Amino acid sequence: MTDHIQEEQLILHYYGEAEISAAALERHLANCGDCRTRYQQVVRVLNSVEPEAIPERGAGYGGQVWEKLPASIKSRPSGRWFASRRWVPSAVMAALLAVAFLTGRHWPRETPQPVAAGQGQVRERILLVAVGDHLERSQMVLVELANSPASDLFNIALERSLAENLVEANRLYRQTAAATGNAPLADVLDDLERVLIEIVHSPETISRRQLEEIQHRIEERGLLFKVRVLGSQIRGRESTATREKNATKL
Amino acid sequence: MEESDALVVARIRSGDRDGFRILVDRHSRSVFRLAYRMTGNEFDAEDVVQETFLRAYKQLDAYESRSSFHTWIYRICANYSLDLIRSRQRHEDKRARQDAEGVDPLHNFPSAAPGQDRIFFNAEVKQKLDFALNELSRQERTAFMLRHFDGMSIEDIGVVLGLGTSATKNSIFRAVRKLREVLEPLLA
Repeated sequence: MTDHIQEEQLILHYYGEAEISAAALERHLANCGDCRTRYQQVVRVLNSVEPEAIPERGAGYGGQVWEKLPASIKSRPSGRWFASRRWVPSAVMAALLAVAFLTGRHWPRETPQPVAAGQGQVRERILLVAVGDHLERSQMVLVELANSPASDLFNIALERSLAENLVEANRLYRQTAAATGNAPLADVLDDLERVLIEIVHSPETISRRQLEEIQHRIEERGLLFKVRVLGSQIRGRESTATREKNATKL
Repeated sequence: MEESDALVVARIRSGDRDGFRILVDRHSRSVFRLAYRMTGNEFDAEDVVQETFLRAYKQLDAYESRSSFHTWIYRICANYSLDLIRSRQRHEDKRARQDAEGVDPLHNFPSAAPGQDRIFFNAEVKQKLDFALNELSRQERTAFMLRHFDGMSIEDIGVVLGLGTSATKNSIFRAVRKLREVLEPLLA
């Protein structure tokens, strides 16, 4: 090897992936001061790039991740779980049930109410579970559409059918949230409802342009982000409600 | 002997409900590390981990055992991280506009401030390194981090990023070149 070694090869050599024989390269470096100096510069810079401190996750982390995954993953036998429609009829029922429990009650609760606290906690838990579930299902539809690759024709029959069932439940939750003064939740549900309705009113097969318009609508409103954050907040509140319930039992 | 990922995937496809849990247990920590490196904060990294496994489950039929499950799920994680970063950027831009107009509809949502506990060996080098890493394109940064911190082969990085070997190498070369420009004067 008589020519000088290119920088690219020196970088690859540092990582043990040089395209030329490592032994030949080492021999060249031993005999060529210029290349050796350049290699030392590469080594010095790359050695100075130390890994960031990443927060540790313990051995039980997998279990925590698993617990937060949708229940349908843990119970469905096989195949595309998203395609399962078993949950669809339950969406409106869950909404009706939750709203019925909530009637006459402000949510979220700012201060503890000792009178009938047990009943209030039950109502809150039911609503949290139902709204959290609703947001999770809505998120799935949004994620599917937001990340669909733009092809000339795209079949959204499944997403449309899911959105159709979610619209009614969404309306009930939105009205309840507005009536009980939970403006942030009502606002997000209002945005969500508009997009769901647009999906429902779309044909089964849509063009690339139509898909992009829906994707744009989702992005423009930051909807996926809002739904995720809200869902996460509600899941957190749900855990707190469960802890309170368990503490009461003790 | 531990059952291979490919066998576990086969079991899930044939209806084993618990199989996916094994994959979550095996890969969640490394997926978190990648997610953290890409997003720079725990809040987003946790979100990425959950979404990555959700997507992996939904796309399991598309997994081909030619590539390792580890590489395959890294690809999902990297793609979603990039989506999230882009979406967050758009959201931040919009929020900045709204703040300027005195409107903040998400005022009570949690902030996604990056963690403050990064440790580097030297404050000045750390500062320059942060600057240099931020100057890299997302592709360059991810390719470099996977090679430098995770020791992933260039071929596998190509699979994760959906790039050919040559394009992957070029991403790493550009990243190293940019790092050298910033760090070499300090280290000379």
